[in-house]
Amino acid sequence: MNDAGVGFRILKEKLFLVGVLALSFAVLVPLLLILIYIVRNGIAAVNWGFLTSLPAPVGEEGGGISNALVGTGILIVLACALSVPLGIATGIFLSEYRKGRLSYFVRLSTEVLQGIPSIVIGIIAYSWVVIRMGGFSALSGGVALGIMMLPVVIRSTEETLKLIPDSLREASLALGVPYYKTILRIILPAAMGGIMTGILLSVARIAGETAPLLFTAFGSPFMELNIFKPMNSLPLLIFNYATSPYPDWHGLAWGASFVLVVFVLAMNFIAKVATARWKVKF
Amino acid sequence: MESEVLSIRDFSAYFGDERILKNISLSIPQNMVTAIMGPSGCGKTTLIRCINRMHELNPGARVSGEILLCGENVYRANPILVRRKIGMVFQKPNPFPTMSIYDNVIAGYKLNGMRLSKGESDRIVEDSLKKAALWDEVREAVYRKGTFLSGGQQQRLCIARALAMNPEILLLDEPTSALDPKATARIEELIIELKEYVTIVLVTHNIAQAARVSDLTAFLYLGELVEFGPSKKLFTVPDDKRTEEYLTGKFG
Repeated sequence: MNDAGVGFRILKEKLFLVGVLALSFAVLVPLLLILIYIVRNGIAAVNWGFLTSLPAPVGEEGGGISNALVGTGILIVLACALSVPLGIATGIFLSEYRKGRLSYFVRLSTEVLQGIPSIVIGIIAYSWVVIRMGGFSALSGGVALGIMMLPVVIRSTEETLKLIPDSLREASLALGVPYYKTILRIILPAAMGGIMTGILLSVARIAGETAPLLFTAFGSPFMELNIFKPMNSLPLLIFNYATSPYPDWHGLAWGASFVLVVFVLAMNFIAKVATARWKVKF
Repeated sequence: MESEVLSIRDFSAYFGDERILKNISLSIPQNMVTAIMGPSGCGKTTLIRCINRMHELNPGARVSGEILLCGENVYRANPILVRRKIGMVFQKPNPFPTMSIYDNVIAGYKLNGMRLSKGESDRIVEDSLKKAALWDEVREAVYRKGTFLSGGQQQRLCIARALAMNPEILLLDEPTSALDPKATARIEELIIELKEYVTIVLVTHNIAQAARVSDLTAFLYLGELVEFGPSKKLFTVPDDKRTEEYLTGKFG
């Protein structure tokens, strides 16, 4: 053992540490740049009027995104109404029946579903809902977004339920509580934090989806509350305004981007809080 | 002879092809503590899990023979109803983490959809916590989460939860194995006090514990019932050579 060898090793160790730190910072740079860019361009457009008024025709001053905000809200509610019950039920099934052919196929299709491009899901919703119902509608957009949410909700439910100790289930069954009530009243509440986190994160993810909405919810210049009619949403509005040739619409698109990014960050933050708040100690 | 609450007759249990219990016959008398003792893997936990039909929750589990609770074959009854009459406390304290102490105690009623008036449920909670010797420690905190309690208190909460259902029998599956000596002593005292209200079957691998708290002791070895009799006799002049060897620490 000579000292020179040890010195070299210590040097290698330091180089490794510096390398890892440098790469970690490199990952942060694009995120920060994007955020700074959006904030710089978007914040000027955002004010109370922007949030509460309808889009203005070309050439007119002002105009806002109120209909897109409401539309995004309605689309999220529709998507959750579809994906939360289905996703939680499937997650329960997968965690209860870990082996078996059906579980294998369900798990496989969940993984495949996660990999399907969002535009394809849009086309599916178009052919399932839009064509059948004879027109673009918020409902079809909700279906498309709901399908996109499904894999995340299923996965987070399954993974959270797997972490619940068996002793809890036994405690309930030993009291003579039927199986379904043990699941609904004991196991699910104990897993609520993880399931909520999964739902919030998937909502954050679909809130910014544009592709599946292009030929489903379609967009609308009006304040539309009927889910069977075309409806505007934030990403659609950004898409339409940003691809328009008018500079003042570009400003509005930046403002809407800012609002959307704030919403997504808020969802992520709430998800963190929810995890901590609903944390269950066993 | 005291009246018999539970009668196990020629009972065998299997996991797949493996035979865990071999033709066990036991008669458990009322308001006594019966200890089931034996080395690890002898089937003692399986035996009490068969009594309230928890054994069959494991895939591949199968049984033969009879277990009679007050003359009624538990394997002909609905397992849900059987488990309401037979309380169970597990190795590791497992209070329901989302519920308060109060709700934990009353959980058996609430989860089974039995409606109680506020007064009735208050009375059951207080009564059960008193029987489990926990009332004085938690009376100010019954609306706090049960998981804030210490391990020993949690285990007594689990005992209170089982007692609240007014079971015929209380099964204790190594209830002190996850507890420190002080909490263990507390639970042992409690077991002796509880005889008055309920018949107790205690599984333990701790010879001294069986000797301290039980009236009757069954010694199980490799799935067979080697010896069953009054603890005083079994611990002093056992009939079977294997019992003697186990008690003197030659194996186990």
